[in-house]
Amino acid sequence: MKKIILTVLWLGFISGMNAQNPEQKGLEIAQAANKADEGFGSSSVNLRMVLKNKNGQTSEREITTKTLEQIEDGDKSLVAFNSPKDVKGTATLTYTHKIGSDDQWLYLPSIKRVKRISSSNKSGPFMGSEFAFEDLSSDEVEKYTHKFIEEKDGFLIVEQDPVDPKSGYSRRLVSYNQNKDYRVEKIEFYDRKNTLLKTLNYGDYKQYKNKHWRSGKMVMTNHQNGKETTLIFSDYDFGLDLAEEDFTENALKRIGS
Amino acid sequence: MNPLKKTDSKLNSFSTKWAEFVIKYKWGVLLASILLALGIASQGKMEFDGDYHTYFSDDNPELLAFDGLQEKYTKDDNAFIVLTAKNGDVFTKKNLMAIEELTAQAWNTPFSNRVDAITNFQYTRADGDDLYVEDLSYETFSKSEKDIKRIRQIALSEPLLLNRLINKDGSITAVNINVTFPGLSDDENPKSVAFVRDLIEGFQEKHPQFDVHLSGIVMLQDAMFTTAQKDMMYTVIMFVIVIVMLIILTRSFYGTIVTLLTIIFSIAVSIGFLGIAGIKLTPSSGSFQTIVLTLAVADSIHILVTFLYGIRKEGMSKNAAIVESLRLNFMPVFITSITTIIGFLSMNFGDVPPFADLGNIVSVGILAALVFSVTFLPAFLAIMPIKQREPSSNTGRFPKKDWLYRFGEYVSENPKKLAVISLLVIGVLSVLSFRNFFDDEFIKYFDETVDFRIHSDYISDNITGIYNIEYSIGAGESGGINNPKYLKKLERFERWFEKQPNVVHVNSFTEVARRINKSMHGDEQHFYKIPESRQEAAQYLLLYEMSLPFGLDLNNQVNVDKSETRFTVTTRNLRSSELIALSEGGEKWLKENASEEMSALGTSSTLMFSKLGVRQADSMMSGNIITLILICLILMLALRNFKIGLLSIIPNVAPIAIGFGIWALYLGEVNTGMVVVFGMTLGVIVDDTVHFVSKFLRARRELGYTATDAVKYAFETVGKALVITTIVLLSGFLVLAQSSFAMTSYMARITCIIIPAALLVDFILLPSLLILISNEKKLIKAKN
Repeated sequence: MKKIILTVLWLGFISGMNAQNPEQKGLEIAQAANKADEGFGSSSVNLRMVLKNKNGQTSEREITTKTLEQIEDGDKSLVAFNSPKDVKGTATLTYTHKIGSDDQWLYLPSIKRVKRISSSNKSGPFMGSEFAFEDLSSDEVEKYTHKFIEEKDGFLIVEQDPVDPKSGYSRRLVSYNQNKDYRVEKIEFYDRKNTLLKTLNYGDYKQYKNKHWRSGKMVMTNHQNGKETTLIFSDYDFGLDLAEEDFTENALKRIGS
Repeated sequence: MNPLKKTDSKLNSFSTKWAEFVIKYKWGVLLASILLALGIASQGKMEFDGDYHTYFSDDNPELLAFDGLQEKYTKDDNAFIVLTAKNGDVFTKKNLMAIEELTAQAWNTPFSNRVDAITNFQYTRADGDDLYVEDLSYETFSKSEKDIKRIRQIALSEPLLLNRLINKDGSITAVNINVTFPGLSDDENPKSVAFVRDLIEGFQEKHPQFDVHLSGIVMLQDAMFTTAQKDMMYTVIMFVIVIVMLIILTRSFYGTIVTLLTIIFSIAVSIGFLGIAGIKLTPSSGSFQTIVLTLAVADSIHILVTFLYGIRKEGMSKNAAIVESLRLNFMPVFITSITTIIGFLSMNFGDVPPFADLGNIVSVGILAALVFSVTFLPAFLAIMPIKQREPSSNTGRFPKKDWLYRFGEYVSENPKKLAVISLLVIGVLSVLSFRNFFDDEFIKYFDETVDFRIHSDYISDNITGIYNIEYSIGAGESGGINNPKYLKKLERFERWFEKQPNVVHVNSFTEVARRINKSMHGDEQHFYKIPESRQEAAQYLLLYEMSLPFGLDLNNQVNVDKSETRFTVTTRNLRSSELIALSEGGEKWLKENASEEMSALGTSSTLMFSKLGVRQADSMMSGNIITLILICLILMLALRNFKIGLLSIIPNVAPIAIGFGIWALYLGEVNTGMVVVFGMTLGVIVDDTVHFVSKFLRARRELGYTATDAVKYAFETVGKALVITTIVLLSGFLVLAQSSFAMTSYMARITCIIIPAALLVDFILLPSLLILISNEKKLIKAKN
């Protein structure tokens, strides 16, 4: 009897060694993707957002995003709104945190003031688009629990469940391209009742500094309301050498003026 | 022989030949007709559709406007759960925790995309330059007594909540679940309903401190679905009535069986047609079986009664009785079926697809009844061992002087007096009929046996309205909704609507603008107003939008281009005319007080239903006239007498005038369902005239009777059959009048007045007129 128990334990140990469980594998893939993009320092990009409703009517917004890489905590980012013209000069500063709510400030040029947004809501639509704020903010590994699902056409599909209880999603399925430094090719978002809500497709990938893959075009399709938002990125700049002082409340005001 | 006589005898010989053919090949005819019925029936499919959109044609302008509005913003079908706190106060920790829990679970409703409740209301407040946007009651379990008191105070003074999700006393609250159905399969609405019902059941078990009521579009559609199915059950009742009546009236076992089979085949064919045409049943078309059943009986009865008369009274052999019955009835049965079909097809002129469906299904059923009555029925009679009886001893020309015959005698002796009296009565009632007014009330389409009605009434009485009017108000340019000029005008519109009677709640984008402005100025009350500049408003809005959580965004209120906003007015239960007037009042205000871009048309699902009746009435007008003309032409052709054909308009239109005249005294309110009554009943009641006049003319032409004797002959030969069919029709529509759906029950109720009125007119006025115009003829002849 003892022997049998020992054999079972031993077998269990061996199999545990060989095949990692899906949770571990999922986490490792996400970490690998994160690792592959490490060291970009800072970047700046112009972004055109094209919103399209069911009938094909479109509406556009333009923003500039600056990002400062952080290793210990989540990245810092500064978003300046260029159009529509009523909001030109408005800018947000976000400190992403790996754990807990992000910090966010907004500069309003009309009243020349910085306002702190104390809201744990990040699941609402960004500027009326199909992107939620949480879809656009920096993807930190710690914000999800991971689970490897399958390998399909060279893509590793990982299910990620958001840790934040206020997230609009129950889970998302991320396709990592293992041949291209684990860059993300597609994300499928499932709403709270676990039905497919949106699909985000990454296209026009380009490699910068021989290392960092950046998509030039992201298309978010909402399957439930038939609307679609396309993000077109241009003028990626990794040579700005931005520093911490470019990501402060004062810097926020400077952008607007 | 004159040409008329010639066609007459031609038709006679055709009917005779047909009857002989059927008797000769009785087995073949029987088999073929059974195969035909089964073949078509095998295609049958009975599906129900509760989608309220089925009541609107694809090019209905109100539907197009409403769909347009919904596409601009969000499609807002909803389930509305109302919670009444038994302790009279929603704002206790226990109650709020229950609401928060229910709200969280409600997000799992299939096809839902938004859930609004007092607990997840996005409350905005400021603390210096910090802006807080958060759930009004998040993690309620952690709240103190003081917090709860504050929540109560906020909720009861919040314009977006009061009279919408909370009542004034804070004793009743609501959770609104928005759903968007992709429209890919029929079970989308039932799925949501099943989920919500389950949710509530679980909730009530766990939190018995609440009473729960349920309404909303999702429940409306469920009620339609259920009503359509319930109305189908009336067929069973009608079947029982028909069987009992057949047994009593014909006292013939085989006669009852063959009639039932003929009816079943006819219904089976109409169900087959449903499948072939892909029609889905609604509360208005769900009653088709009862109507087909009711109308199909008539054909069989006429043939059967003559047949039984032949073998029982005249001592004919079975086959001879069949031939004689077909010879006498082929033409009238054919004509009456055609006129009935025309009447029902007239529903296609209307703009309400379920009625067009009903008309088409019933038409197919009647056509089938006609076919089976002249094929299956005689073949069956020829096969079954029905014994010829010795003719009764009374073998005079008028063998039995029953009450009908005596009535006929009385009528034929007093034609002038009766004509004058009945014309007077008809005249008075016709004048009265103009006192009817066209109006209905959306929610009252369901009677008080329907849960949807009871719950909606409760909601309307206690917390908010279930009627609304929506406007999409344009600012003329991209981003223009932030223009203070636009916002201030919109605010005036909001104020204007708030002052209108019966308005319960007004939801306007201006409230958002005012509230953020206040929060951006440290929550100072005097900044609770429209921002001063366009940039300010736009930037505040951007900030606010970024702070909202999933599903609670402004996309349901502001279009993507920020050039239009949605303006929603909730009202108490209103009659259609009142709701239309209110909506038009809003349109007029915008036209007179605002810029051209801001002009907008009111729309909403309830408004669509309110306007449906008038639209249906307008579109049916030409249909009714065409039906009347067609039926007149057919009568002239069939009776081969221009004068009598023309004359028959009177006994055919009079019952409808009588019906509406009495209706004016009874209710006076005419609804959408009753619009089709003219065409429908015209097609049905004309049958009485056809049978009566054709017998009258036969007596004159074939037997050479005087008009007075011909009237007596008509009473004798067809009187009983007409009484029987009237009783059958009356019971059929009486059964239908029990429907809990007012479009159906009102239509049936007035038909219940019209049908007996038609019999009276055909027994009193028609014979009197026939004698009077015939006498004239004689006088003229005599003069010559």
